[in-house]
Amino acid sequence: MQIFECPICGKRNETEFHFLTEAGKERPEPAEEVSDSRWAEYLYLHKSPRGKTNEIWVHIPCGEFFILQRDTVTREVYRSISLQDYRTKKGSNQTE
Amino acid sequence: MKNYHIGSLITQGLKKKPSWKPAWRKAKPKPAYDVIIIGGGGHGLATAYYLAKNHGIKNVAILEKGPIGLGNTGRNTTTIRSNYFYPESVALYDLSLRLYENLSKELNFNIMFSQRGMMMVAHTPTQMEICNRIANAMVINGVDGELLSARQVMDKIPLWNKKKDARYKCHGGIMQNRGGVARHDAVAWGYARAADGFGVDIIENCMVEDFLLEAGQVKGVITSKGEIRADRIGITAAGGTPYLVAKLGQNLPILDYALQAFVTEPIKPCLDVVVLSLGTGTYVLQSDKGEIVFGGGLDRIPTHTQRGNLPAQETVVSGLLEMFPSFGQLKLLRQWAGVVDVVPDSSPLIGPIDTPGVYINCGWGTGGFKAIPAGGWLLAHLIAKDEHHFISEPFDLNRFNTGRLIDEATGSGIAH
Repeated sequence: MQIFECPICGKRNETEFHFLTEAGKERPEPAEEVSDSRWAEYLYLHKSPRGKTNEIWVHIPCGEFFILQRDTVTREVYRSISLQDYRTKKGSNQTE
Repeated sequence: MKNYHIGSLITQGLKKKPSWKPAWRKAKPKPAYDVIIIGGGGHGLATAYYLAKNHGIKNVAILEKGPIGLGNTGRNTTTIRSNYFYPESVALYDLSLRLYENLSKELNFNIMFSQRGMMMVAHTPTQMEICNRIANAMVINGVDGELLSARQVMDKIPLWNKKKDARYKCHGGIMQNRGGVARHDAVAWGYARAADGFGVDIIENCMVEDFLLEAGQVKGVITSKGEIRADRIGITAAGGTPYLVAKLGQNLPILDYALQAFVTEPIKPCLDVVVLSLGTGTYVLQSDKGEIVFGGGLDRIPTHTQRGNLPAQETVVSGLLEMFPSFGQLKLLRQWAGVVDVVPDSSPLIGPIDTPGVYINCGWGTGGFKAIPAGGWLLAHLIAKDEHHFISEPFDLNRFNTGRLIDEATGSGIAH
């Protein structure tokens, strides 16, 4: 059993959370100039790193989307970042 | 390679000290090969075997980071079936099933393939309609599929929960009689022995660290045992594939998850089909040793470690007890997990990647074991001819660009 932290509700059981995708992808714009392969890359491709990673999760009961920073090998959970904080600190956080 | 037969069994059995030879050599890597296969699980071994047998390419090395067959090939629950929905999937998985049907004889190695039948149990009229749809699809695709009434299902699995307050009552089901189980280790060993017989080098404990590239073309690999050169490389590393392909600067539509399996203490024969409940998502079978082998859906958190966690265990075990309450008396002997490579449409990736000379066969998710012969057959074809077999064509990576996905997770409604 793992405990994740929702930015609003605090520490909760992992079963309350749902994984969405890897964080740090930029939606390619404008749509009419985006090639099929670029769009497929945005939709489907993953880095699937071994080690520290930033992912987008949702806390199902409250519906909050946030960034979860954790390790995909050791399963260590580092911290949760609300999407607002993540946006303002973008660049410094992404490569961390 | 000396063939096993009844005579050799008797003569060796009568000897005080049997002189069986190892089934395959412990090969040392040569400096160069025609083809290198990365990953010595079922798919890798089968690829090497079919490269030699179907295409006459025998100067092949299989590089495996540990001992062969100890990844997902040795961790699955051994079920073989082709009860899929889309024609592309049925063509693929039924090729595999047909190859399995003759495999013991072909490899001269008993893989203990038992076609005991694979049954899905429905609990509601709605699920029964889904079964109807799948059965129709199977028949149209030329695969055996048979609808069963509640009575017929109960005759097959008398231990099913018949309590008045049972949450998942039996409403009927669907059966594929050609489905069944095989001994997973024997599949790996049989292919290894047969490939070795053709002169293929199986190099164990040899970890691939990087690729050798010259003018954008792959020229070999750098391993823990030094540099090994080859112009064509097949990757059959399941959950390790994204990690390897990332070294060539490409990402794949794959996420790694842990998938768990469970085994109880052995008991007398009580279950002679493979059963999947559409309600609980748990599937169960009885092994030849009498153990109850079962599993269910994926863990919920992407990971690269072969270790499951508790919420998925709780779901699977409670599902089993809902289906067969009497199994609650059994003790769990073992529980383990494998890392499975899950693709968004739950169909495999077979095809070349952006780097010329590199071909992948991965993304089988939770169902790679049943596809071992077909995966090997098709990847061997791809490597030998540098073009798709018509069966593997729809599973090329370009389906994510064209949008022509083969979404079996929704198509066949089976836990993947």
